[in-house]
Formats: sequence, C-alpha cells, structure tokens
Amino acid sequence: MVEQSIYPNYPKDLEMVITTSQVNFFYGPTQALFDISLLIPAKHVTALIGPSGCGKSTFLRCLNRMNDTIPHSRVEGAITINQKDIYAPGTDVVELRKEVGMVFQKSNPFPKSIFDNVAYGPRIHGEKDPIRLAEIVEQSLQQAAIWDEVKDRLHANAMGLSGGQQQRLCIARALAVGPKILLMDEPASALDPKSTMRIEDLIGELRTNYTIVIVTHNMQQAARVSDYTAFFYEGSLIECDATPKIFTNPRQKQTEDYITGRFG
Amino acid sequence: MSRSRKLFITDKVMRLLLVSAASTSVLVVCLIFLFLFKEAGPFALSPGLGKLLDSQWIPVSFQEEHFGVGPLLSGSALVTALAMLVTVPISVLVAIYIAEIARPGEREFLKPFIEILASIPSVVLGFFGLLVVAPIVKATFGLSTGLTALTGALLLSLMAIPTIISLSEDALVSVPYALKNASLALGASHLQTIFRVTLPAALPGIVAAVMLGIGRVIGETMAVLMVTGNSAILTASPLASVRTMTATIAAEMGEVPFGSVHYQALFWIGIILLVITFFLNIVAQRVLKKYGMMK
Repeated sequence: MVEQSIYPNYPKDLEMVITTSQVNFFYGPTQALFDISLLIPAKHVTALIGPSGCGKSTFLRCLNRMNDTIPHSRVEGAITINQKDIYAPGTDVVELRKEVGMVFQKSNPFPKSIFDNVAYGPRIHGEKDPIRLAEIVEQSLQQAAIWDEVKDRLHANAMGLSGGQQQRLCIARALAVGPKILLMDEPASALDPKSTMRIEDLIGELRTNYTIVIVTHNMQQAARVSDYTAFFYEGSLIECDATPKIFTNPRQKQTEDYITGRFG
Repeated sequence: MSRSRKLFITDKVMRLLLVSAASTSVLVVCLIFLFLFKEAGPFALSPGLGKLLDSQWIPVSFQEEHFGVGPLLSGSALVTALAMLVTVPISVLVAIYIAEIARPGEREFLKPFIEILASIPSVVLGFFGLLVVAPIVKATFGLSTGLTALTGALLLSLMAIPTIISLSEDALVSVPYALKNASLALGASHLQTIFRVTLPAALPGIVAAVMLGIGRVIGETMAVLMVTGNSAILTASPLASVRTMTATIAAEMGEVPFGSVHYQALFWIGIILLVITFFLNIVAQRVLKKYGMMK
C-alpha cells in the first residue's frame, strides 16, 4: 500500500479514492510505465503532466481499463478504486466504467442526435422510461454547461455542433451515466482558446462533485485547473504534490527543468 | 539524338500508350450503349414501345406475338428480392463477425473461403443448383418441380454473399476507433457497441454494399437460366417457376431471326437491364462517396 506520508504537503484528512501501487504497463515487449505508485484524492482535480510519450495517457487509461482493448498489453501492480482492486479477476468492467467516466482528447460524439448522445449511456444501462431519460439528459447537459446552447435543438445531429460544444457534449454524455470519477485525456488540446476556457471553467465547477484526473500538455492549464499535480517522465512518476508547490518549488530537479521549459 | 531527347520521346510514347489503354474502357461502354440502341431502335417505331407493356411474353406465335417485359421484370425482381432476403442478414452478420469479433487467426482462415466462393463459375453453381438445391426445394415444399424462383434465389445469394460481406466489412472496419472507445468508456459491452454504434455508423456503406450485390444478382444469367424453370409468367410466389430478363436473352438470342421484331425486343430487355445496373452502381458509388467510405 502507498503511504500517504509520501505527500507531506497534502492535508492530513484528504480522502484518497484511487490508489495505485507499483503499476507497470507493457505494450507487447515495450514497457510504458514503471512502478507508478500514486494516490488520487476524492473531489479534487489531479493533473498528470509531462512531455509526450511519458506515459501519462497510458496511466490514465489504466484507471478505467480502456487499455484492455489493446492487444498484447499487460498490467502489473495494483490499482484500487474505493478500496476495490479493479484488476482483480471477476471485476465487472461495465460497473467500473459506469463509476469512472472518460473524456477523450478529440471530441467523439456519435453520429446521432444531441439527445441520443447523452441518453446513450443510461439506455445501455437499462433506463427505458422516456421521462426519466429526458431528466437525465437535461441535468447532464446543464452540468456540462451546454444546455442553454442546445436546448432548442436536442434532436439535431451532434456532428453539427462546434468543436468546443462537441467536447462539452461528450462531457455531458460521460456525466449522464452517473460516474464519481472523471478521467480527461487532454480534453482541450484540440480547441481554440475561448472553448478551452469554457472547458476549464467547467472543470472548476465539476470538482465539487467529482474526482477529476486530467492529462494535459499545457502546464498553464494544469496550474489553473488542478489542486494536485503529478509529473511523469519516461514512464516513471517523478513527483506528485499540491499544484502550487509543484509550480513554485518542486523537490525534483527534473520537474523544475520541465516546468521552467528547459525540455519537453 | 541525345540521351535526354530519347528519354523524352520514350516518355511521350509510353504516356500515349497508357492513355489509350485507359480510354478503351470508356470507349467500350459508349460503344455498347450505341450498339444496343442501334439494334433495338426500330422496335420503337414499329410496333412501338407500348408493346413492351403487354402482360405476356409470347415472342413466337401463329396468332399474335406478345413482347411484354412485365413477366420477365417481375421474374427478375422476385428472384432478386428473395436472394436479398437470404443474403443480407447472413452477409451482415458474417461481416460483423469478421470485422469486430474474429481473432486475427480466424479472420485469416475465413477470408480466403469467402473469396473462393466469389470465384466459383456460375455454371458450376448452376450444376450444384440442379443436382442439390432443386431436389431439396422440391422435397421440402412437396412440389412437382424444384426449378423455382426460390431455387434461383438461393443460388444467387451464394454469388452475392461474398460481395456484400467484403464491402460491409470494409464499412465496419472504417468506423473510427474513437466512436467505439466512446461507447466502451460509457460502460457498453462489446456487443452493445457493435449494434448501437458501429453498425449504425457503417450503415451507409452496408446499404451501398447491398445495392452492388443487387446489381450483381440481377445481371446474373447462367445459374438462373438453369434452375428457375423458365416460364415467363407473372407471379409473386417464390415456389413458382419464373424466368428472368437475363435468362430470356440467353435462351432466345441463339434462335431468333436476325433483325426481327423479336430480336429487337430482346435488345430492349438488354437496355432495361443495363439501365437498372447502371443506376444501382451510380447510387451505390454516391452513397459511398458521400459518407467517405470510398477507397
């Protein structure tokens, strides 16, 4: 088990919802993650930063087992979410992914109506009642701060929305399933500055109710939106700390070099 | 002559050669159209195109001859529709299996078989139809003959299945991973993802595949000539003998007096067939292009 004491700057009463201990990940013969031991606090935003290929996205996808779909991939070590080992034999991946939602780098709405996009998750999990579905859709779109823009055209095709709207729709779609944890894989990297700002504001609102883990290339973004930051380099976790600490006074030289732009 | 000059000329000559080879197909298509209309043309003046709307096809008679293409058109339509009823569900399911479920090893094993199926000559399939399928149809439904529309349809589906499978598979494979991942990340199972996301997204491609399959089936001659019983009657029963447009041309062209009215009527059937398949192909290409599935 990972000792909370490795994070001297975390509040003592912080509840940790995800713990990973000595996680190794392999794509075939290539090892992509080395001994990652990390605690992620509930109802806060944790940013994963690091240069391209450092393993931050791979690590993120371990948390909802999206890496399962990659042939010849392999995970070692333990990852627990709410004290449950998610790689234990017999784990229900469907239940896991209901609990742990994901937003991808490139917005990927289904080529269906806005309503059907958001209702997709509840429907596959068995919700049939049209009134209840309409409630969930409205609630989710409101949470994702896109309701006002789309409420008059819920049955229009989602592909007609702008890039930033599509990404917020994807967030609404993820929320509709009722997750506790939201994984975001560079959710704003393909968006213009204005849309990026809206997504960042949204993350700020969602943090009161959700545990958010966000991968980002953009260090200013990490500094703006996150409470805690983990720095990855070449598949290893170099350092994890409260965000202001990481950006002002990191313990590791590599972290400092990266955030001051000496490489990456 | 200098070396570069030589090269330049070789280049020009090769280019000319290749261009003319490439234009041959265009030329041939135009010539075929021209030829068909030239041979069929006089029929339009006498006895007039109205004769094609007769309800019967009796091209040789001591009383009045009838050149109604209705029974032949309905024969083709019936056989094609039945064939598609059998073909489409099977092909789409097989395509889903190959594209989404089969392990790489199984895929490598299955695909050659489907390709072999596509390469069986239709005459050979016709033999198989006469000796195997027709007796089975006869026994199953207690008929006096096994040479029915259904028998033809079963054989035709054997021919259409490979086409529709491989085109549908292309359509399924081209559905972006991002969509499948989005569905999986929402907690959908593999099967839910296939039927609710992948299949709907691939639908335009599958529709185009089916249209190309219809084009293939409606133009098929040999197998249907051998097993559908060749009676030019207007019917909607799968268990009746019918005669398709293609079979009519193949069966009668050899004996018809050159240039006669009957001869011209057969060419009109050819034109109708050509127009149908031409139209199906164009619509299918359009659909594929519109949804970006054209390679």
